[in-house]
Amino acid sequence: MADAAMTPADALGIVDRVLERALPGEQLEAVLGWAATTDVRAHEGELEHFVAATEVGLGVRVIDDHRTGISWAGVLDDDAIDTAVAEARDNARFSSSDPHAGLAEPDGVEPQRLDTVDGALADVPTEAKVDFAMQLDSRLRSADSRMVGHEGADYGDARVIGAVASTTGIRAVEQETIAQAAIWALASDGNDVTTGFGLDSGRGFADLDADNVVAEAVGRATALLGASKADTSRLTVVFDPYVTSQFLGVVAEMLSGEEAVRGRTPFADRVGDDIAAAMLSLYDDPHAGDAPTSGAVDGEGLATRRVPLIEGGVLTGLLHNAYTARSMSSTGTASATRGSHRSAPGVGPRVLTPEPGSLSPAALRASVGEGVLVQELAGLHSGVNPTSGDLSVGIEGVRLRGGEPAEPVREVTIASTIQRMLTDVVAVGSDLRRFPWESSGVSLAIADVTLSGN
Amino acid sequence: MIDQQVVEAVLSAGLADGADFAEVFAEDRRSTSALLDDGRVEELTSGRDRGAGIRVVVGETTGFAHTADLSEASLVSAAQTAAAAARSAGGEPRVVNLGRVDATNPSAVSVYPEDVDKATKVGLLARAEESARGAGSAITQVSARYADSRRRILVANSDGSLADDDQVRTMFSVSTVAAGDTGMQTGRESTGHTIGFELFDANDVAEIANRAAQRALTKLAARPAPSGEMTVVIGPGGGGVMFHEACGHGLEADLVAKGASVFAGRVGEQVASPLVTLVDDGTMGGEWGAGAIDDEGRPRQHNVLIRDGVLVDYMWDELRARKEGRKSSGNGRRQSYAHLPMVRMTNTYLLEGESDPDEIVADTTNGVYVAHLGGGQVNTATGDFVFGMTEAYLIEDGRITEPIREGNLIGNGPAVLANIDAVGNDFAMGSPGTCGKDGQGVPVGDGVPTLRAHGLTIGGTAA
Repeated sequence: MADAAMTPADALGIVDRVLERALPGEQLEAVLGWAATTDVRAHEGELEHFVAATEVGLGVRVIDDHRTGISWAGVLDDDAIDTAVAEARDNARFSSSDPHAGLAEPDGVEPQRLDTVDGALADVPTEAKVDFAMQLDSRLRSADSRMVGHEGADYGDARVIGAVASTTGIRAVEQETIAQAAIWALASDGNDVTTGFGLDSGRGFADLDADNVVAEAVGRATALLGASKADTSRLTVVFDPYVTSQFLGVVAEMLSGEEAVRGRTPFADRVGDDIAAAMLSLYDDPHAGDAPTSGAVDGEGLATRRVPLIEGGVLTGLLHNAYTARSMSSTGTASATRGSHRSAPGVGPRVLTPEPGSLSPAALRASVGEGVLVQELAGLHSGVNPTSGDLSVGIEGVRLRGGEPAEPVREVTIASTIQRMLTDVVAVGSDLRRFPWESSGVSLAIADVTLSGN
Repeated sequence: MIDQQVVEAVLSAGLADGADFAEVFAEDRRSTSALLDDGRVEELTSGRDRGAGIRVVVGETTGFAHTADLSEASLVSAAQTAAAAARSAGGEPRVVNLGRVDATNPSAVSVYPEDVDKATKVGLLARAEESARGAGSAITQVSARYADSRRRILVANSDGSLADDDQVRTMFSVSTVAAGDTGMQTGRESTGHTIGFELFDANDVAEIANRAAQRALTKLAARPAPSGEMTVVIGPGGGGVMFHEACGHGLEADLVAKGASVFAGRVGEQVASPLVTLVDDGTMGGEWGAGAIDDEGRPRQHNVLIRDGVLVDYMWDELRARKEGRKSSGNGRRQSYAHLPMVRMTNTYLLEGESDPDEIVADTTNGVYVAHLGGGQVNTATGDFVFGMTEAYLIEDGRITEPIREGNLIGNGPAVLANIDAVGNDFAMGSPGTCGKDGQGVPVGDGVPTLRAHGLTIGGTAA
C-alpha cells in the first residue's frame, strides 16, 4: 500500500481498521500521513539529484482514565498496527492522570470545501520537472554577470493525504498538492560574495514561474554587494514580507494555547488588552485560497475556521487545540497541528495573515525615511525567547536614507522585545505575500530597535 | 536486517544499466520519549521506523528512492526507480562481491534502554521536577524530557563494502521558567551520550534540573545585554557551537565545491590564530556524534581540520571524495533512510591550550563572559555567523560581575578565528546538539576550553 497510489478513501479505510481495535471505555485516535514527493536539484548544467519517494506513517493515541500514550509505525501491516496500538495503550499506563486529557470531540462545524488539489500535477512529466530546475540553473547565470553560482536550483512537489479518525466520532481526510521552486544564489563583485534566495510556490506546476524565482534571487543577492558593518544606533527597521512572515511565526508561538497552558508566554492572560499598535491586525485564515498551506480540517480532524488573534492592536484570543481549549475553558479554534504522525498534536496557525495596510512598499519606505530595510534574519532559533520575549537576531539588509534604499549592511544584529516591537509598529504595507509555510507577510515598519554594529 | 544475497541482488539491480555507483542503506530505529510538564507526565511516546534508501550515481547525477518495505521485491523495485532517476543507460552490468568493513563502535553500551522498564524512566522525570522546584519559589514552570533511541544501520555499496552499526543514544533535558518583577526568564540544561541507560550512573537528573533552574533564576536579575563590538570570553564546554558555526560548516566539502564557503581554496593557509587546532572526531566514544561507521558505511575518523591555525583539510563524504579522487573522511551522514547523505560534522572540538582560565578573565579589562551557549547559524558564503548566549555575564576590570539577558552574538568566521588570543587548559565537551543542514537534522557533539576572542558583536539593547 505504501508504494502504490493512495487515495483519500484508502486512507480512511486504514484509520477505520485501527479503530476496530479500541477497547470499551478507551479513547483511541488513529492518524495516517501519506506523501508522494519529487525533489530535483540542478547545478551547473547537470542534474545533481532526483529523488522520488513515497512515505507513509501511522500514529496512534490512546487516552484511558485521562492518561495519554502515543505510538507510531512506519509499516501498515496488521502486526505493525497491533503492535502500535498495544504500545500506545501500554505507554498510557505510565503517564499522569490529567482531567483535561481527551481527544477532540465533533463540534458541529462542517469543513469547508476547499480547492487544495491541482489535478494537473500528476500528469506533469518527469522531464518537465527536471527541465524546470535546469532552467533555474541556466537562467541565473545569464540573468546578471555578477551571479557567480548557487548552492542548489530546486524543484519539488508533493501529493499529501492526511486522515484522522477516533472513537469520539471524528472521521476526516484531506488531500492536497504543493509545488515549489527555489534557488540559493551567490553573487560577487570581485571582492566579497553575497547570497540571496528566490522562491515560488503554489498548488501545482503551473503556479511556478522560473523567471520570478531567478529575479528575486538576483535582486536579493546583488542588493547586498559591498555590504559592511554599520554603527550601533537605535532606528526604525522595515521588514520585507519574508522577514515579517518569520517574525509573525514567533508571535504566533507566543499566542499559542499550548504555551499559555504551560505558563510560557507573557500573553497568556492578556486577552482583551492592547498588545500592539492599533494599525496591526492578525488572524489565522485557514481557507485563504491563495495560500499553499490552506486546509479544511486541523490535525485532530475538526473543521478549521478563521481565528482573529489581534484586532486593531487588541489581543482577541489565542490558538487552541482540543486539549488547550479544555484546559483554559476557552472556545476551541481547531488549530491542532501535527508535526508528523509520530507526535502528539501541537498548536499553531494554518495561514497566519496580517491585515494588509494601504501603503505600497515604496510609500512605506518613504513614510519611514531613515532606517534599515531587513531582507534576511539569522539566528531566529537562538536569538528569540518566546517566554521572555527577548529578541536579538543577525540581519542583512539595506540602509534607507530619505526613504530610498542606500548602502547595504551585514554582520549586525537588531534587538528589542517582541512585546515592544508589536506596539512599535509604525507602518503596515499592502504587499501581502504567501509562502509555502504557515505564516504570510507584508512589509512592516517597526520603530526604536537597537542595531548593534561597530 | 537484510540478507547479504538480497543486498547483492539489489546492488546489481541498481547497476544493471551501467551506473557508476550503487548503494543500499537500511535502517531500523526504535525510539522512546517521555515528557513531564507542570508536574504531570503528559505522555509517553514510542515507535519504530524501518526502511531502506537506494542511491544510484551516474556521472554527475544521483538517483534516490526509498521504501519502508524490506522485502527483496520492494528493494529491487526501489533500486530500479533510483537507477531510472539517475537516467543510467548504456553501460555494462556489474556483479558486486561484498566484503565486510572492519569498524568498531567506540561507544560501549552497558544497559540497553529497551531493558529498562518505563516506570524507571518516568521516575527520573519526577525527580528532576522536584529538584528544579526546590531551587526557588520563583520557579513557576518545569518541563523535563527523557529520550532514548536504538538505531541499527546496514550500508553496502558497489565498491564491495558492507558495514553495519548499532547506535544507542540516551538523553535527558530540563527546561524551567522563573517569574519575577522583570517578567519571565527561562533556563535549560541537558545531557546526552551515545550510551545506554548507564548515562544516569554518572549524571544525576536532580543536578541537571538544578542547573536549569539556577540559569532561569540568575537571569531574573539580568541587565539588558550591551550592544556593539566587545571582547568575549567563552567558558569551557558548550562554546564549541561557535566553531561549529564560525568554520565547521564552511569546511564541509560540498559547500566548498559550490563556491559557497569563505574557506574554499585555502588549504595550507593560515586561517586562524596559531592557538587554534580544530578536530572533527566521529570516534570519540560515548559522545553525541559518535559511531562505528558513517551513513555511507565508511569507518568514522579523527580528522584534524585546522592545526596551529593552518587549514589542513575539509570534511568529505563519498560523493564529493570520488569526484576529487580521494577517500571519504567518514563525514557522510543522513537523518534517516529516507534522506540522501551529505557532508556533516560529528564531534567538533578545539584542543586545549596552556592558559589558566582564571587568568584569561583577569586579563580582560572589559567584555562579556558567555557561560552557556544556545544554537547558532552561519552563512558559509559570507562567513557571517551568529550564536545565542543563554547564560552570560559582564566582565568588568577583570572580574565576572552582573548577569546579562539573552541575545545573539554575530561575527565573521575568518576574522573571529584570527582574533582568538587565549585558549585555556580546561577542555570540556558541551551538551548534545542537533545540527540542521538542507532540512536534515543529525546528532552532533562539540567542545572547547575557555577561550577569548575579539571582533564579535553583542546583539543587546543597552547602549
